[in-house]
Amino acid sequence: MNWITNYVRPRINSIFSRREVPENLWSKCKECGTMLFHRELKDNLNVCTQCDHHMAISPRDRFLALFDGGIFVEIDVPTPIADPLQFKDQKKYPERMKAAQKKTGEAEAMLVAEGEIGRTPIVACAQDFSFMGGSMSMYVGNAIVAAAERAVELKRPLVLFSAAGGARMQEGILGLMQMPRTTIAVQMLKEAGLPYIVVLTHPTTGGVTASYAMLGDVQIAEPNALIGFAGARVIEQTIREKLPEGFQRAEYLLDHGMLDRVTKRTDMRNELITIVRMLMDMPPAIVGDLPAPGAVEEAAPAEAEEPAEDAKA
Amino acid sequence: MTNYLDFEKPLAEIEGKAEELRSMARQNEEMDVADEAAALDRKAGELLEELYENLTPWRKCQVARHPDRPHCQDYIEALFTEFTPLAGDRNFADDHAVMGGLARFNDQPVVVIGQEKGNNTKSRIERNFGMARPEGYRKAIRLMEMADKFNLPIITLVDTPGAYPGKGAEERGQSEAIARSTEKCLQVGVPVISVIIGEGGSGGAVALATANKLAMLEHSVYSVITPEGCASILWKNSDKMREAAEALRLTAADLLQLGVVDRSIREPKGGAHRGAEDAIKAVGSAISEMLKDVEGMDRQQVINARRQKFMSMGSKGLAA
Ligand SMILES: [Zn+2]
Repeated sequence: MNWITNYVRPRINSIFSRREVPENLWSKCKECGTMLFHRELKDNLNVCTQCDHHMAISPRDRFLALFDGGIFVEIDVPTPIADPLQFKDQKKYPERMKAAQKKTGEAEAMLVAEGEIGRTPIVACAQDFSFMGGSMSMYVGNAIVAAAERAVELKRPLVLFSAAGGARMQEGILGLMQMPRTTIAVQMLKEAGLPYIVVLTHPTTGGVTASYAMLGDVQIAEPNALIGFAGARVIEQTIREKLPEGFQRAEYLLDHGMLDRVTKRTDMRNELITIVRMLMDMPPAIVGDLPAPGAVEEAAPAEAEEPAEDAKA
Repeated sequence: MTNYLDFEKPLAEIEGKAEELRSMARQNEEMDVADEAAALDRKAGELLEELYENLTPWRKCQVARHPDRPHCQDYIEALFTEFTPLAGDRNFADDHAVMGGLARFNDQPVVVIGQEKGNNTKSRIERNFGMARPEGYRKAIRLMEMADKFNLPIITLVDTPGAYPGKGAEERGQSEAIARSTEKCLQVGVPVISVIIGEGGSGGAVALATANKLAMLEHSVYSVITPEGCASILWKNSDKMREAAEALRLTAADLLQLGVVDRSIREPKGGAHRGAEDAIKAVGSAISEMLKDVEGMDRQQVINARRQKFMSMGSKGLAA
């Protein structure tokens, strides 16, 4: 057992996933049709144990698996003005927001946290595609800026997991303006000489790929992730031809020189540790269980098995 | 031959009638139509004024896309001297949707870059309707780097439906090219002055419009997505583009209020396509004034001011 089981820092409300346990304990892999037990799937980071198909994973679950002992501290993100355009389509924007919050148990489409991976301090952001398509809102922009500022303050690298359909239409031009804003965040890291690693996950398209998601020092993608600027349907309508197999998929981009690596989710953590430690000029990571740290601030049993009742949104 | 937009139909009828009267009079010398035709002209003028004073957001999109609207090349020819086009991205191709080069503005050497849509079938195809491929953005980056090296202000003229959605464009890194162009706009130690002269189509526009000072022609638009695209996604019906245009707040007046745009440039009566010369002149004065706004700043101040502008963007919404 890892030392971390009896080592819990204060202020760790982040450890419990607020998403509800699926009613159905079995889920079917869309790729190969295998029925997968939810616990088994979760242990494999939502990657099919039969065919390696990468299913969506929530930012919180990703962080639980990424950070040492599942421990991370969320970084505060300045709240932008709500509904700046008083946007209304078939529904009002605040109603769509409320529905997304209820569905995901999260405030917005980006989670920002600091913590350690293989005892390597980092700041990380993860975008939530299930929250309004992960769309880049003012909050998402603020989250990336806050992450970059915190990384600079702590002299840590920033690892960003992208997943989005583009800018949030309901915030109109202010959504679009997160392209320059997040680019400034990337520049702050650059000026401080800190690594910025992007992990592109399925799907990452539109204004997100055309800004912070393509500006990493190292660009990694999860297998088969859809990555592109324009939508495939729009392209087919424009050029009036069928697109080749695998078009805009991670492996296709790798072949075309647009990515550094395509890496399985289950290998991602180790790979990030290796890369980050080299870029930060740190010694190689210690493989295997780590010795317990000297000072244990507070001993509390980790109850990661069941989500706390009051934490359910 | 006037290209009328759908909402200009009543205007087309009046102007058509006046023209008909005049041509009848030309064939029959005994007919005196002067008074009647003049009355129709007056009526048409009033209607034109009324239509353009009250353009809905969707109508503004139509005007912004009007084929007779002055385009990038028209502005460069009229407002700049010694324009010396510079071509290519030094990597793959020269993208004709983006034009740029060295030029003088009020005798001052500058780098000017813009998207050109073309003005007839042949040039529209050659210009790819103003939709740049990665090479266009990489050419822009190259020119911005040159401007930075030789301390020349950068003036960009934005007019694009969006970046080109093509197979090759994606394969050659459309998104990366746009991201790098935006990054370059933010990096350079020289002022970037930008004017949206027609369509500011999403990321393809941001790549050139990330400026110290941004102006918009009164009837131009700048938007995260086209109203048609937004309607088909959010309304599941692309015919709802009027509603989408309304909701997106893509007009110069709204963007001014949101602090995204620094100034709105008045267009002549009936839009820039009915008075190209005046529109171009107005854009010229706006560029002069914006250059004055950033005069005397050193390189770091230029970078910081631009950064500050974008960091504080979004602090104000629209008045209810
Ligand atoms: Zn499977």
